Amino acid sequence: MSNTRTITRTSTRTDSLDHRPSADPSSATVPSETSGRAPRAPRSLLVGVAAASLTLVLAGCASDDGAAASPPASTGSSSSAGSTESDGSAEADALTMTDPWVKAVDEGMTAAFGTLENSSDADLVVVSATTTAGSTAELHEMAEGDDGAMTMQEKEGGFVVPAGGEHVLEPGGDHVMVMGVTDPILAGDPIEVTLTLEDGSTLDVEAPARTYSGANESYDEHGDDGHDHS
Amino acid sequence: MTGRRGLDRRSFLQGGAAALGGAALALGGRELVEAAGGPVPGGGATAGGAPGAPTAPDDAVGRATEGFRGTRQAGVATPPQASAAFVALDLAGDVDRAALVRLMRIWTDDIERLTSGRAPLADTEAELAAVPARLTVTVGFGPAALAAAGVDEASVSWPAALPPFGIDRLEDRWSGGDLVLQVCADDPLTVAHAVRLLAKDARSFAEVRWVQRGFRRAVGTTPSGTTMRNLMGQVDGTANPHLDVDANLIWREDGSTSMVVRRIAMNLDTWDELDRDGREKAVGRRLDTGAPLTGGTEHDEVDLEAEDEHGLTVVAPFAHVRRARTDDRAQRFLRRGYNYDDAPSGGAVSDSGLVFVTFQADVEAQLVPVQRRLDELDLLNEWTTPVGSAVFWVPPGAGSGEILGQSVLGG
Repeated sequence: MSNTRTITRTSTRTDSLDHRPSADPSSATVPSETSGRAPRAPRSLLVGVAAASLTLVLAGCASDDGAAASPPASTGSSSSAGSTESDGSAEADALTMTDPWVKAVDEGMTAAFGTLENSSDADLVVVSATTTAGSTAELHEMAEGDDGAMTMQEKEGGFVVPAGGEHVLEPGGDHVMVMGVTDPILAGDPIEVTLTLEDGSTLDVEAPARTYSGANESYDEHGDDGHDHS
Repeated sequence: MTGRRGLDRRSFLQGGAAALGGAALALGGRELVEAAGGPVPGGGATAGGAPGAPTAPDDAVGRATEGFRGTRQAGVATPPQASAAFVALDLAGDVDRAALVRLMRIWTDDIERLTSGRAPLADTEAELAAVPARLTVTVGFGPAALAAAGVDEASVSWPAALPPFGIDRLEDRWSGGDLVLQVCADDPLTVAHAVRLLAKDARSFAEVRWVQRGFRRAVGTTPSGTTMRNLMGQVDGTANPHLDVDANLIWREDGSTSMVVRRIAMNLDTWDELDRDGREKAVGRRLDTGAPLTGGTEHDEVDLEAEDEHGLTVVAPFAHVRRARTDDRAQRFLRRGYNYDDAPSGGAVSDSGLVFVTFQADVEAQLVPVQRRLDELDLLNEWTTPVGSAVFWVPPGAGSGEILGQSVLGG
């Protein structure tokens, strides 16, 4: 289990670079990358602490995005193969996603979740994602830094779905990060997510949107040091 | 199974009865759903073991399921579960037909999962979904929802509200609503989780207007099929139409029906002043058995002509059964009410009553005439006061691949 207090601290993201996980050098770009969103008033301590772990999930993402994916149009997503139907031998034939869903948002960023299942006897690797709902999609994970803090970063090597097994994408864990949402994603509407595997074959997923309080991509949710117990 | 002295035999008997009861109850639910024309999901985790098997699982009650998909919604003909919540919601101003479609997509998926014991998408308390306990969720549309959907109310033929009655003391906080969820299960935690999840998933469409929680006896505390008792101590709901024989009284041809939810406050303090004889005369039934004062058993017909030794009718002119009863067999409806017992205020001892819930094909033809007669004269009115009232159109059930409300919403 992660250390909640530490998580809270690392979510105080605008003020102090030295609170960024040292394992993540890209965090140096954080302060300049809070553009476009007015800082929110700090919430109550209770809410802040309770929400910290989930809040951080995407807050952390955002910082990493800033380093790795900004400007948004030029990510490393290699899904240019498109969503062509795979032939009989494609990796995607063995991959399914159950219970996919995406968090409804008006604009900006969101994330898609679900359970990837591999029916083949070889590991499968999802290497990139695209979506019609946003300009960019990335594969993200939550990782523990040297100081024990959990933060988000792009998942190197993609999502590995073990042979005959599954890989869960969920708030607080691995997820498909969606950026550049300009048209509102409305609760109940499905969005299209395309996952690309190592061999270039793709899996198209229809992920219905749900109103969801967690998995916030908020900036500056806890913009003071008041929660720093370290 | 904890026993005190002398409980060996009794606990054995109770255990056996509970085990059998659990299995029978689950089977009964399936049969009723089948009889109602709805399919039974194949994977329903109904209580294991055939009747007569030595043991049923300890959690047979929790594992029992009711079907969801079908031409009629569940929660109407379903044998009443022990716990219920009625949740009315008001639509946000910008909700149109397209938005209603989106909401019904969400609710249909949520309900299908919840009623089979699976967690809905984005369920933050997924473990709570693992105990379906015969959960049913029945969705109803108020007038504003139909208007938002662009539905001509005449096409569903129902009244937006009951006519005003002289006995009414209706409060806004218990009345009206654009949508309603009737959430019933044999476990109150299951109900609470379903209510919160469904209300959360509707946040961008509607806000909660009122919630009325209710209860009956817990499973296993009375023989299956026992008519419930209300908090005045009366057997309540004896003269219900037969689910099969009288199906046309409950359902419309397309599988829709209508739902009336009235909150009936009981003045138990003044009811306390009445002796047993007075209480029985007020109703026209015996308190112990629910049988008519003219004799027989609970389900025997009341003899309204019978006279006592003074030449007075045994069932008084003002008695509830006389006023509610009619020779017009069409003026009947399915009662599926629940007791409520909320925290009192203002120094009162209790705040108790009945969430009076009825289903009927035609509100105006079946329910309104009876309510009018009771409004004119019913001694029970001395101790009961309607404080809330709402009427909803209950769309047909969702067939495979359909959403609730499909017949009026389309896709």
